[in-house]
This record gives sequence, C-alpha cells and structure tokens, in this order.
Amino acid sequence: MGIIRARKLGYEYHRYDENGQEEGATRAIDDIDLDVRAGQFVAVLGHNGSGKSTLAKHINALLIPTEGTLWVDGMDTSAEGELWRIRQRAGMVFQNPDNQIIGTVVEEDVGFGPENMGVPTEDIWKRVEESLQAVGMAAYRSHSPNKLSGGQKQRVAIAGVMAMRPQCIVLDEPTAMLDPNGRREVLRAVRELNRRENVTVILITHYMEEVVSADRVYVMDQGRIVMEGTPRELFTRVEDLKSYGLDVPQVTLLAHGLKKAGLVIPEGILTREELVDALCRSS
Amino acid sequence: MLRDITLGQYYPVDSVLHRLDPRTKFIGTLLFVASLFLFHTFPGYGVATLFLVSMIFLSRVPVSFMFKGLRAIFVILLITVAFNIFLTPGRVLWQMGAVKITYEGLIQAGRMAVRLIYLVVGSSIMTLTTTPNQLTDGLEDLMRPLKVVRVPVHEIAMMMSIALRFIPILMEETDKIMKAQIARGADFETGNIFQRAKGLVPLLVPLFISAFRRADDLAMAMEARCYHGGEGRTQMKPLRYKGRDMAAYCIVIMYLAVSVVFRVRGI
Repeated sequence: MGIIRARKLGYEYHRYDENGQEEGATRAIDDIDLDVRAGQFVAVLGHNGSGKSTLAKHINALLIPTEGTLWVDGMDTSAEGELWRIRQRAGMVFQNPDNQIIGTVVEEDVGFGPENMGVPTEDIWKRVEESLQAVGMAAYRSHSPNKLSGGQKQRVAIAGVMAMRPQCIVLDEPTAMLDPNGRREVLRAVRELNRRENVTVILITHYMEEVVSADRVYVMDQGRIVMEGTPRELFTRVEDLKSYGLDVPQVTLLAHGLKKAGLVIPEGILTREELVDALCRSS
Repeated sequence: MLRDITLGQYYPVDSVLHRLDPRTKFIGTLLFVASLFLFHTFPGYGVATLFLVSMIFLSRVPVSFMFKGLRAIFVILLITVAFNIFLTPGRVLWQMGAVKITYEGLIQAGRMAVRLIYLVVGSSIMTLTTTPNQLTDGLEDLMRPLKVVRVPVHEIAMMMSIALRFIPILMEETDKIMKAQIARGADFETGNIFQRAKGLVPLLVPLFISAFRRADDLAMAMEARCYHGGEGRTQMKPLRYKGRDMAAYCIVIMYLAVSVVFRVRGI
C-alpha cells in the first residue's frame, strides 16, 4: 500500500459575508484519487487556484477533508488522535522562506521540530547536524536566517523538516519566490534527499521544468486531477497542457513545433540533449 | 543596511560575563539594584562603584557602550537632580528670592544621581553581555513558578522570541513600503505633526496587512512542525548552571551581605 493514499477527496471552503452569514461554498478540490508509493518523487502541477495548495495542506493534516478520506502511512488524517504523528511522518515546506523560519539562529530553527516532538537534547543536536549536512547548510549553522539568500533559507526550512525524520515531505511551491539560482539550489537539495535518504517527495509547483525528473506527475485544474503519468507521457500532450494554463518547457515546445512541421522526431522530448540527439538521427 | 542591525544592544565578545547563564546575570542585576537602595552613604557608594567597575572590566565591553544607555535617561536625571537640589528643606547654602539650595538637597541629589546612573549602567552590563534569545530563555525559566497561577510563561517567551526574529523583517518591509509610497508621491517629511501623522496611514495600513498575513503563515508553519504549546516539549539548548555560575552567585551574595551590613551599621 502507498504511503499517501486518497480516495474521493473533496474540500469545500465556506464563504461568509460581512455579517457572518454564509454566502455559499467553493469547492477547492473535488474527487481526488491519489496513490503515492514510498520513495517516489511525485510532482503536482497546476496554475494558480487549481487547488494544488489545498491538496498539499491535506497531506499534512492542516486541512481536514470535507469529503472522502486521505491516509498517510495508513493513518486517516481526519482521526483526531493521530494528528501529531501524521505531521511528523509528512513534513511540509511552504512557499515564503521568511514566514516559516521560527528560530533566530539557523540551528535553532532546525531544532524546532524535534523540540516539539519531545526528542531528548543530545538527540536533537545529532538530528540538526545530520539535516544541515543533508541540505549542505552545515557551514551556516550559527548564522542568522535574515542574512541568508532565499535559496539558502528554503534549504534551512527543508532541513527543519528533515530533522523530524519524516517519511515524506510535501513542498508547496518552494521555489515560487526565488531567483533562478536559488531555484536550482533548492531542487538539487530535494532530489538529493529523494535519492540518498529515500524520502518520498511531493513537489507542488507551476514550473514545468521542475517536474522533468519526477517519477510521476499529476496535473490539477479547478480542483480535479485532469492528467497523470510520467513526465514524458504528459509532455507528448502539449496542447492539453496549454489548455490548463501551463507553460511547456521551451525544448519540448520546439520539438513539438518541429514535429508538427513535418520532421520525424519522437514525442515528449524533455531536454536539449535529447532534442539534439533526435535531430541528428532524423536527418 | 537595515537587516544588519542587531537587536537590543548585545556586544559580541567572549568574556566571563558573556558565558554566564542568563539567569545568573538577571538575578545578579536585580541584587545589584537592591544593593543600590540599601547603600545610603558615600562609603557605601564607594563599594558599589568598586563592584560596578570590576564588572565593567570583566565584561570586556568598551566603557563608552555602557554609558550610551545614559543618554536615554538624561532628562529624567536632570529633573530628579534639580528637584532634589532646590526643594529639599535644610541648611541653606545659597538663596536668591524663593530659590534656595540646601546642604541636604545637594547630598540627596548626589545620592539620587548615583543610584540612577548605576542602575542604568548595571542593567546595560546585562543586556550588553546577553543575547536577546538567551535573555528570553532565562526569563522563561525564572518565571516558571508563575505557571502555578496560570501565567502562560512558555507562550509569552515564544512570542518574545518570534517578535525578535521578525523585527528586522518588518523593518525591511517598512523601508520597502515607504519607498513604494514615496515613488507614488506620498509625503512623510513635511507639514506639522498632525499632517505627518496622517501621512503615516498609507505606510501603516499595508504594513499591518502584511504583518497579519505573515503571522498566519507562520502559525501554519509552526503547526506543520508539530508545535502544540509548551507541553511535552524538550529543549535543544537547555539552561544548565555551571561552576562559574555558582561562583558568580557567591560573589553577588557576598556583595549584597556587605550592603546589608553597611545599612544595619548605618555606615
């Protein structure tokens, strides 16, 4: 059984007017089925308002589904008693690096999660050391987070989650506020964790480039999962992706255009090297 | 740069006082303040001066930093001294119309000045040698007995340390909003005090909105990392008394004993 499993998951926001009267409900996510196996790198794509962040918050039990069920490592997220265990199993990294760092010193921030879990002091230090090593931030342990770059702050946030020894980490648009360098930095750290520590990764994003190395990609639109498959499978359907408001990577777009123009090259080209290769072979 | 400002007035060097436990320093400061009110003769103030000077020496913080804090109380100091000089009844030394200076007045004013100055310098030694974070931790621990009467000690300490973390961020944001509003023609500099206060509205409204949004995000991030109050929480850097803290306590208590003896003997 998968580490994260959802069946017919739905969530409704209630809107209230100024007098507190209910105006109506908005369905943020609807009828979601999800199956993530341990150790997988899964990406969820979608433009703004597609419900992908709402889905992410369900995995961490920050939101409780109004319909259907979500299991994290076999635990039902709507069961009150399992809350803290679920949050320990499935850590979460948010979009804004400034608003999720609690400590005034890097190492203290990384230690925040284990402190909350009641881990003994010596063990906290060990975990902090390991997590900072894992994201390559050990040299900054006694720095103030205010003096780090966006990418570094996000890596500290990831270390903070890793120190809780989760089986799965959910990253809710971790790169949206970063410059290209910071983005690369964070993605490299995430991929390393997935490969070396075998942590299940669920990456929520609207950058198509970031999902190229994922094992499985889900595309969301208006609260539903509208496409799913490997990145290669998805990128063969350029028109569909565009209709959901997503930007296809430039290389894929170019390959798609060339193919349409009559060149004999395979569908779903993901990298520049592949395109060069395909072009050489076709001529 | 705004982000480079250090909060409080911590002066980062390595000294015996810096390495002391924050609780020791806090209690030590309280006892020192108590001693200032026990001493009431000039030989007594001599002892206090000796103690203070040796503490300044031990802290390895430049003396000029110690006296920076005095600027803030300069006006209060001046008023106190003036009141005491002119309004204390006693042996008249100098008189002009209704204004007179008495011998007792001078003595009283001198006493008050010494107490106030030593009080400020003494507490500056504490804030200069302790990081705001250590201070928060120390206070949390010292206030722990108040938990019995349902004071949310851990929560107060957590709020203090989060406030400390966000002050530089909010300052930077203020700077950013200010520039954005100036670019749109906002005027923060001219006009009388009322016009200027009114001019601050376009600065404060966005600042508050963003602060609330940040607070919301932060609360969610804390919950996601299993924060559920002080219950069952362990500490990464628990406060532990060491040998030097015991020695410090002994010295301070001996010093306090001297001041009590002075008081009882009326020296």
